[in-house]
Amino acid sequence: MTVQQMDAPRLITTRPLLIAQGVSKSYGSVKALQDVSATVYPGEVLGIVGESGSGKSTFLRSLNLEETPDSGSYTLDLPDVQGNLFDLDRFARRMLCATKIGIVYQNPHLGLLMKHSSSGNVAERLLVAGERRFAVLREKAREALDASEFPLSRMDAPPVELSGGMQQRVQLAKAIALEPALLLLDEPTTGLDVSVQALVLDTLKRLQQERKITMVIVSHDLGVIRTLADRVMVMKGGRVVEAGLADQVFQDPQHAYTQQLVHAKL
Amino acid sequence: MTLASLTRDWEPMAYGFLDASAKREIRRKTLKAISVPGCQMPYASREVPMARGWGTGGLQVSCTLINPTTRIKVIDQGADDSVNAASIRRFLARVSGAPTTTDTLEADLIQSRHRIPEERLREDQVLVLQVPNPEPLRPVQPNMSIARQMHADADYGRMWLQLYEQIVRAGRVMQGASYPSLVNGRFVMTPSPIPRWDVPKLHMAKHLTLLSAGREKRLHAVPPFTKVEPLVFDDVPYKVEEHAHLMCHRSGLKGFFMNEIPQADGTSIHEVSDSDLGVKAIHRTEGAPVEIGATWYENGEMGQ
Repeated sequence: MTVQQMDAPRLITTRPLLIAQGVSKSYGSVKALQDVSATVYPGEVLGIVGESGSGKSTFLRSLNLEETPDSGSYTLDLPDVQGNLFDLDRFARRMLCATKIGIVYQNPHLGLLMKHSSSGNVAERLLVAGERRFAVLREKAREALDASEFPLSRMDAPPVELSGGMQQRVQLAKAIALEPALLLLDEPTTGLDVSVQALVLDTLKRLQQERKITMVIVSHDLGVIRTLADRVMVMKGGRVVEAGLADQVFQDPQHAYTQQLVHAKL
Repeated sequence: MTLASLTRDWEPMAYGFLDASAKREIRRKTLKAISVPGCQMPYASREVPMARGWGTGGLQVSCTLINPTTRIKVIDQGADDSVNAASIRRFLARVSGAPTTTDTLEADLIQSRHRIPEERLREDQVLVLQVPNPEPLRPVQPNMSIARQMHADADYGRMWLQLYEQIVRAGRVMQGASYPSLVNGRFVMTPSPIPRWDVPKLHMAKHLTLLSAGREKRLHAVPPFTKVEPLVFDDVPYKVEEHAHLMCHRSGLKGFFMNEIPQADGTSIHEVSDSDLGVKAIHRTEGAPVEIGATWYENGEMGQ
């Protein structure tokens, strides 16, 4: 059998889950985002790195529809989700974020009710989505906390009584409780000591492998991005200066700023 | 010539104490509140000769609705004879000339602090409840601007979260009074601090209920024949206080909401909270021809 006689392999294409194009945002005279575009495929992890003030968190907040950019478009390839999401009204945004997008903030106070129980924090997300059975809420909260490797013996302790690493696990459990199509992580390990960072990263990596969750992770820590991301976007001054496969960007950085970042050491 | 001869004889500045402008404001807001059941309507409030928080919200609504033929009943925690109830009743009668009564069946307008009478109210009766805090979202959202957005979006998930927390911590729903309730399937309201026992009385009731908060200057309404559903989980049913088996030591009534009276020996006796019902029951026992109307609860069970 010659090469010509073999059946040509069928090429299967996948549509991107997330397409953001030309996103720009200014705060007065400060241009936080300038024509930022990103594409993320289902099951992929996009890492966004850059120094403080580079616009990476503003971009992530835009993806979570907390910010309305001055221009640009944002689409998610999901059933019943159509058009530019930046054009949605407040109610539609809330419902979309409550059911399809999960987020873990750097500061747990932004994502958690610190005096409610940890399981209650997870249950809140299910309640917003309309679940009204106590037993189901309890079970799903338990499952999500377990998946985040949170000790179930403390599932009813309020986050205010927990360590930083534990608080991040509660945030993670809350974010994944509804099995979101997109998980956004804003500096999820910043402020944690190295051993706890490693545990949180292990959990994230395992969850990504098991559940194939599409993630966008923002960090100024290249180690975090290197551990988790398939593709990397480097931002500086509100612009994307370099983007590519993680290995490619880290092994062979092209832009001077990326080279500086990759080679920077204390 | 004396100063007295130069001035007109004293007369009240307006019928029912409030001036026409203040009454118009409250009437307009009352109509809006009735049109959108359970939705809080802010109103511009006049000063009244009582400290805010002592029934000024209810008093302003009563002063607005009252006319010389309105029979007024005022109750405080079920009792017609408490100082607060007696003072408000006397004030309303003085500024309007309207007759007063303690009999629920005779009353046209009932102003109440924290109870709904045990006898069923009719279509022609109006219940005015005094409300200390009209915002059910306050315990879960202290920012009032965000709370208003939550009402607009019917974003009440956190109200259930509050119930979830109570069950997790105490094994049962601990909300004793002000039990949050969904009105007409749209707005969650606080039914004022009436006990859980009274909340089912609002569901599809024949009478109009107006709930007014004097300090907060907001009122909301439950129009006749409107659904009022306490927030519950699908698998954790709503429970009222277990008073069905208690007996009033004075009237012998059983199956109604009772006040507990602790005794020196550590035991307790009970007295029916609706004092008018208790008095009528005693009079009937003594042989007087007293009419007791149909009650919401029969043998401790909520009737249809």
